[in-house]
Amino acid sequence: MPVKNFVVGCFKEEEGVFKAVKRVRTSGFKLHDIYSPYPVHGLDEAMGMRQTSLHTAGFFYGLFGVIAALAGMAYCTVHSWPLNIDGKPHFPLPSFIPITFEFTVLVSSVGMTLTFCWLCQIMPGVKKHIFHPRQTDDLIVMAIELTKDSQAEEVKKWFADLGAIEISQQRAEEGWWYGNFSMPAKYEQELEAGHPVTS
Amino acid sequence: MKEQFVMPAKLRTISIVLLAIGILALIIGIFALNGPVSGTRFWIVLFFNAIFFLFMTLGALIVLCAATLAQGSWHIAYRRVIEAIFMAMPVFAIIAFIIMMCLVWGDKSAIYAWADKSLVAHSKLLQKKSAFLNPTFYTILAVIMLGLWTYFGYHIRKLSLKEDLSTAGTTKIFWKTYRVAAIFVAFYYVSNAVSTWQWIMSIDVNWYSTLFMWYIWASLFVSSIAVITLFVILLRNLGYLEWITYEHLHDMGKFMFAFSIFWMYLWFAQYLLIWYGNIPEETTYFTIRAWGSYHTLFYINLIINFCAPFLILMTRDSKRNYTIVAYMAILVFIGHYLDFYLKFMPGPLKNNWHIGWYEIGITLGFIGLMILVVTRNLSKAPLFLKNHPYMKEAIIHQS
Repeated sequence: MPVKNFVVGCFKEEEGVFKAVKRVRTSGFKLHDIYSPYPVHGLDEAMGMRQTSLHTAGFFYGLFGVIAALAGMAYCTVHSWPLNIDGKPHFPLPSFIPITFEFTVLVSSVGMTLTFCWLCQIMPGVKKHIFHPRQTDDLIVMAIELTKDSQAEEVKKWFADLGAIEISQQRAEEGWWYGNFSMPAKYEQELEAGHPVTS
Repeated sequence: MKEQFVMPAKLRTISIVLLAIGILALIIGIFALNGPVSGTRFWIVLFFNAIFFLFMTLGALIVLCAATLAQGSWHIAYRRVIEAIFMAMPVFAIIAFIIMMCLVWGDKSAIYAWADKSLVAHSKLLQKKSAFLNPTFYTILAVIMLGLWTYFGYHIRKLSLKEDLSTAGTTKIFWKTYRVAAIFVAFYYVSNAVSTWQWIMSIDVNWYSTLFMWYIWASLFVSSIAVITLFVILLRNLGYLEWITYEHLHDMGKFMFAFSIFWMYLWFAQYLLIWYGNIPEETTYFTIRAWGSYHTLFYINLIINFCAPFLILMTRDSKRNYTIVAYMAILVFIGHYLDFYLKFMPGPLKNNWHIGWYEIGITLGFIGLMILVVTRNLSKAPLFLKNHPYMKEAIIHQS
């Protein structure tokens, strides 16, 4: 995963973030992500994010659950070793339905949970760079990635104009890594040594 | 913003024409449908329609009370529509009461076998059940239940109208409505069991199912959600309720989707136990429906009420589409009409069932009456609840 330079602005109120999100594209900056302690209504739409594909995945997990449960039971009790239970028909569909239902719920819920973790890059042992320790407490944190066209001082001034209460420049791993939190310290030293803006 | 609903002349004409068709069918029916089988058909169709429409208007009251108890804000944006629907309940309660009295006190043993003393004298089972199933008890309970449902409906409507006149920002009436809703829900879930057992399950007098009340409840809840949705979309098309957005539509679509699945769950829970147990006195109920002459209707019922809502309303985009949700609401309405048809008809009519001029005429009459009464109730009060504490939250609602 690439190491990149970010300028991070922290906002106390939702209004400041919405104002910043609306202007970020016209200002020509690259928005990395926004971290908030609670779900902010309408922020995903303002950021221009597409609808999640989680429910499509859920549908296919459910479909797999139905087919797997019915096929499994049919193989065991109808094909491999035909069972006659209480004189019921050879393929007793109604008595298979409860197990099919439960198995569908199980497969789709477990599958969707794991897919959610994959999409959000959260897993036991997986670490991500934390831009500000108060991003899960009371601050809404907006990270802007520095590119060739955007200079750090310019972005800092832009944040200050929008009323960000804390502004900092950080150099960090963009994605996740497996291990402990000691990784970013190296990048901070690089930043202090005046590491040039990459990409 | 148009706050006051004015009934359009066209809608009024349509509803009066539908009502006239119903009355015409009733009058022709009185003369044409006589004799043992046709006479039963005459009464059971009237009874079934009256109960279906009564339960659907009652369902609106349950939706409102359940949402009030959950302190939900999603329904406040169109609460006047829900109120207008359950305020049509007294009309259907009176019609249903008259028909029910004709059934138990008149000579109509073809529908309620337990109301006929000569039949009870020969059946040990009916004698055992006669403490619960007898005309006097039936009448008393019907008066109590219909009276109290109507009373609670009036009371909640009165509180809601009083709130419009009170000062903004107060929560006194909100909490009062909350308490009334709690009492109603507690009373309803007892009366639901009694009414469905006594009115509907006792048509097949030798058969019983403890799940029956939940099954009827799911049916009436989802069909009243469908009717609320249809009226909201109708008002939206007429230019009212401008604050209703896709978010509210999405909620109603979700409710139809969820309760269609819930209905199927209960339907199947009842079917599976009877199928698995395979006791003759229980299986007779499904023998005539699934393997008898109702075979086609039985499977159409499952497709309309479960497969169609499940597959069509599953995606987010279809729940946010006015056309799809409106057509699905009509389909769900027809589906649960059919479901009620399958609950009522096989008992007394056996294989002599019809869906002919009489059934369609009476149903159109009831639909006309419903549109007429509901739109009249809508025009009595402003559509915007200006003093409700949740009104702002309801308008900016996101699903």
